[in-house]
Amino acid sequence: MNLLQTLPLALKALLRNKTRSLLTTLGVVIGVASVISMVAVGEGAKARIEGVFAGMGTNLLIVLSGSTRGGGMMGGFGSLPTLTWEDLEAIRREAPAVLRAAPTMMTRGTLVTDAANWTTGVIGTTPEYFDVRALRVEQGSAFDAADVKAMANLIVLGRTASDRLFGAGVNPVGRTVRVRAVPFLVLGVLQRKGQSPMGTDYDDTAIVPVTAFQTKIQGGLQKYIGGAIAVSATSAADTTRAQRQIEAILRDRHHVTSGTEDDFSVRNLTEIANAQQQGTRALTGLLAAIAVVSLLVGGIGIMNIMLVSVTERTREIGVRMAVGAKPWQVLAQFLVEALTLSTAGGCLGVGLGIVAARIVSSRFAFPFTLRLDMAALAFAFSGVVGIVFGLYPARKASRLEPIEALRYE
Amino acid sequence: MSAAPERPLIIEADALTKVYALGGEEFRALDGVSLRVRRGEFVAVMGASGSGKSTLMNVLGCLDRPTTGRYLLAGQDVSHASRSELAEIRNRFIGFVFQSFNLLPRTSALENVELPLVYAGFGREERRERARAALARVGLADRAGHRPSQLSGGQQQRVAIARAIVNAPSLVLADEPTGNLDSKTSIEVMALFQELWREGLTILYVTHEPDVARFASRVLVVRDGRIVSDVEQAPERAVPPRGSRAA
Repeated sequence: MNLLQTLPLALKALLRNKTRSLLTTLGVVIGVASVISMVAVGEGAKARIEGVFAGMGTNLLIVLSGSTRGGGMMGGFGSLPTLTWEDLEAIRREAPAVLRAAPTMMTRGTLVTDAANWTTGVIGTTPEYFDVRALRVEQGSAFDAADVKAMANLIVLGRTASDRLFGAGVNPVGRTVRVRAVPFLVLGVLQRKGQSPMGTDYDDTAIVPVTAFQTKIQGGLQKYIGGAIAVSATSAADTTRAQRQIEAILRDRHHVTSGTEDDFSVRNLTEIANAQQQGTRALTGLLAAIAVVSLLVGGIGIMNIMLVSVTERTREIGVRMAVGAKPWQVLAQFLVEALTLSTAGGCLGVGLGIVAARIVSSRFAFPFTLRLDMAALAFAFSGVVGIVFGLYPARKASRLEPIEALRYE
Repeated sequence: MSAAPERPLIIEADALTKVYALGGEEFRALDGVSLRVRRGEFVAVMGASGSGKSTLMNVLGCLDRPTTGRYLLAGQDVSHASRSELAEIRNRFIGFVFQSFNLLPRTSALENVELPLVYAGFGREERRERARAALARVGLADRAGHRPSQLSGGQQQRVAIARAIVNAPSLVLADEPTGNLDSKTSIEVMALFQELWREGLTILYVTHEPDVARFASRVLVVRDGRIVSDVEQAPERAVPPRGSRAA
């Protein structure tokens, strides 16, 4: 008799007590199902956060100018323009980890058509901005460098702004809106991006060439960029490097010596995203840990039933030993029974976990993410639970003395 | 049929003792038993309860080890075998029949008979074939699929006998095989044992009923852990009463 032959023995023994076997596996089923669904929910939350940050722009950094300081009042970053067009050029030229950089000037302005008006954030920038903020033009096109140079009166609208001004579903390309009484030709409409985590509508926006912004919406061309510089790093891993390079360049150009405060600041949005990710990861870990505890409880259930089974079947063990079962064969039989219970529970648990994860994902509008490695791990763990918690009852069975076992009432 | 001297020894036991410690006091369940049984003997072991006959059967059946003494089963010294080795010896050389049948519940007669062959490592087909033959031998070929609960006491004991002979053992040990059966069924079972004995099987059975001991070719009486009487006799033929199933 070899190990393979113990499997049909174990199955037969388990099928003799169908209800009990089923109830015993239930603990493991719930344990494995909760591991899988909890991890899937955690992954879903993570994917959602990733999606949100990807929506803000790829590998995004924001360079802000310094703060005003007067009579003890700190104005906050951006209140004092310190960034110049030369700074922008230097960042583009001298920071190898920077892929693109775009000036970002912003004001609230009222856009007027013959039929409607709508107040929104108007952004003056260069064509790089579309790439840096991951904006796609759905209808029409974006403006280019030549348009910026020519100070062309062109405007690209967000979908919300377009809908408010021209009505939903209308293609506004080629029509005119007036900003501060200056007519701008609608060149394109951006693809919808949805909302930020704080509820800001990314689609409620209007983008014009930065030169037109300065001359026609603000007072005129200036030495300083009255706003920020949006930068995309060459890769997600390069964002910290890009930040350091920009800081070095700007300190040098602004003659900031060590010990004095920077007159600018660089915000690394990837880092913020990572911090959020870590939060979710911790939560996923916590949920998974609770699930693992329930799996252990399932294992204790198996041990309990196996102990009952060994006691109940003492005579059977005695008979088997009398006709020639060796101690290790008795051990193997009961161990395989425990293992069969736990892995059957594992199988059912994987199925149930996937269903539960789907339900939770759709309920909370998470993207459904099934981690196959986690499913495999939870299944393997159910097997380990079977062996660990089956070992004690199986050892107890194998150590019975045949004479006493045969006499057991 | 008496044991001819040229027949090989199946049991060769010398000065077997079995001592239990009971509350600090020694209890000698076996107190120097020497016994020789040759192939083809049909031995009844008699004795009151507590006489040590069950302990003797356990030791002879390799279910228990003697405290001192030497025991050779079919020429092999088993006095110091490990638990695992004893299991293998039981599997290859001994068949057991118990008073309370000890069939596995909710398991068919055929599967019960197959059990020793499972541990002997036979394949499924050969197990089936040999178990069917053993069941046919005890007259239960048509009950192969029945569970113990669907069989009468006599039928259950015959399934147990089929299980005891399925591995072609050197020795069949029966502990009060008729203890749970009515007198008519007892005679049927003893008639079956006699048939198997006539075909060459060596059988040792424990009984406390003189009526049942009459069917043996040799009767041992055990008292206080010793064999006090060892007599060969002409066995009385067990004839099942009319109307009972031919064994």
